[in-house]
Amino acid sequence: MTTSEVIDLTRVKRNPAFSDGLTPAGHKLRTCIQCGTCTASCPAAEAMDISPRQMWRMVQLGLEDEVMHSKTMWLCSICYQCHVRCPRGIPLTETIAKLKQLAIQKRIQEWPESTKFYKIFSDVMRRYGHMREMEFMALYFFSTNPFAMLDLTGMALAMLMRGKIRPELPKLGGEGRLDRLFNRVAELEGRK
Amino acid sequence: MKYLFYPGCSMNASALEYKTSTLAVIKTLGAEVQELENWTCCGTSVAPVMSDLLGLALPARNLALAESADGGRPLMVGCSACYTNFRRTILAAADPTVLSKINQALEVENLTYKGKAQVRHLLDIFANDFGPEKIKAHVKRPLTGLKVAPYYGCQTVRPYAPYDDSQHPSSMVGIIEALGATVHHYSHEATCCGTALVTTKPHVGYEMVAQILDGASAADCLAAVCPMCHLNLDSYQDKAARVLGKPVKIPVLFLPQLIGLAFGLPESDLHLKREVVPVDSVLAKLPQPVVSG
Repeated sequence: MTTSEVIDLTRVKRNPAFSDGLTPAGHKLRTCIQCGTCTASCPAAEAMDISPRQMWRMVQLGLEDEVMHSKTMWLCSICYQCHVRCPRGIPLTETIAKLKQLAIQKRIQEWPESTKFYKIFSDVMRRYGHMREMEFMALYFFSTNPFAMLDLTGMALAMLMRGKIRPELPKLGGEGRLDRLFNRVAELEGRK
Repeated sequence: MKYLFYPGCSMNASALEYKTSTLAVIKTLGAEVQELENWTCCGTSVAPVMSDLLGLALPARNLALAESADGGRPLMVGCSACYTNFRRTILAAADPTVLSKINQALEVENLTYKGKAQVRHLLDIFANDFGPEKIKAHVKRPLTGLKVAPYYGCQTVRPYAPYDDSQHPSSMVGIIEALGATVHHYSHEATCCGTALVTTKPHVGYEMVAQILDGASAADCLAAVCPMCHLNLDSYQDKAARVLGKPVKIPVLFLPQLIGLAFGLPESDLHLKREVVPVDSVLAKLPQPVVSG
């Protein structure tokens, strides 16, 4: 969709519970006055298909599918500028995290370069209990765009030579450092 | 002064020089620091996207460890993403229902979080516990003539940092001046470095890095207080140059490396050679040659 496109609300599927489902603060979106401070504050707004202000209006209206398939949430760099400037005090940045969570649960396919980032990062964290930067980057680029690595070769070499990143053998199999905690959380959230 | 210290993943790997310089500077200032034992990843901005409870349980696991090691010592954190995660968890756990859910999760780690841990950003500790006067008293080699561009980024000062202004932070000013250097002010001191966008949406991330570096270009170096910001600003300068259509080469130091330089601490503490953009131009500006350790 573009900024000039009109959505006929009588013809689209809507989920009236959409904003309230964005726990813990999604219900506060009802108080959004559409002032546009979020869009004006967003360092990535220009690259978005719908602006933050438009996205929050669509959330209010229950246009779940449109929001879920938009790339707007994936351009959020979690800078909290909209969050601290919102005149209604709505914790917008953390509500975007919830939108990302829903999109991953719904297996939205359009933005694998973003959704895979979260899944692979989370998996490395679970296995080692801390980040392994090289292993993460290798897994990430192999599963998204191996050719993108070519453009990063110079930087990777510079970092290797300075000891900033170091190759480590991946640990295959066995219990991950945070397996128990991850499993327990899944069980408490009814995902297991 | 006594602190517990949570390094987090980056300070133990790509940003190891941030950790070694921090520990050396704090020792020089006469404080005691003990690394938190058995710590794990705070979950960064990834865990809350995977699950609400995971986004609280991963930081809380470390907060619970800090409480049992505590003795009233605040937990010092140098990574702004870890800092934000801890502060966010502390606020959320003020709700007894949330706290109880967190502790149900932590049972499998044999830990209990009480909601009592104190978390402080390294910048807060430098600016307010030590302060410019005390820092100045330890300066052996003033950084006279060096123009330093402070870079705060986002999560160092937003949204959970009570010690500075979220829009116009100034905590670094007094410290940089105490070292004898000059502060270069520019309009991107607290704008976003792009974080993971340099990986997931490079064309957007590189643009964000480029604007910051361009704003700081009249300075001799940048001072960073977050490993993620430092990584983006130091390692992606050739990409920023591509965006700006002109050469970009400005050293990015961690604030404690700059403090350590002024304190006359050895290279074995400061690890200046680890930076991707060489810091030679900074060293050449200093009145006296740096003794390397």
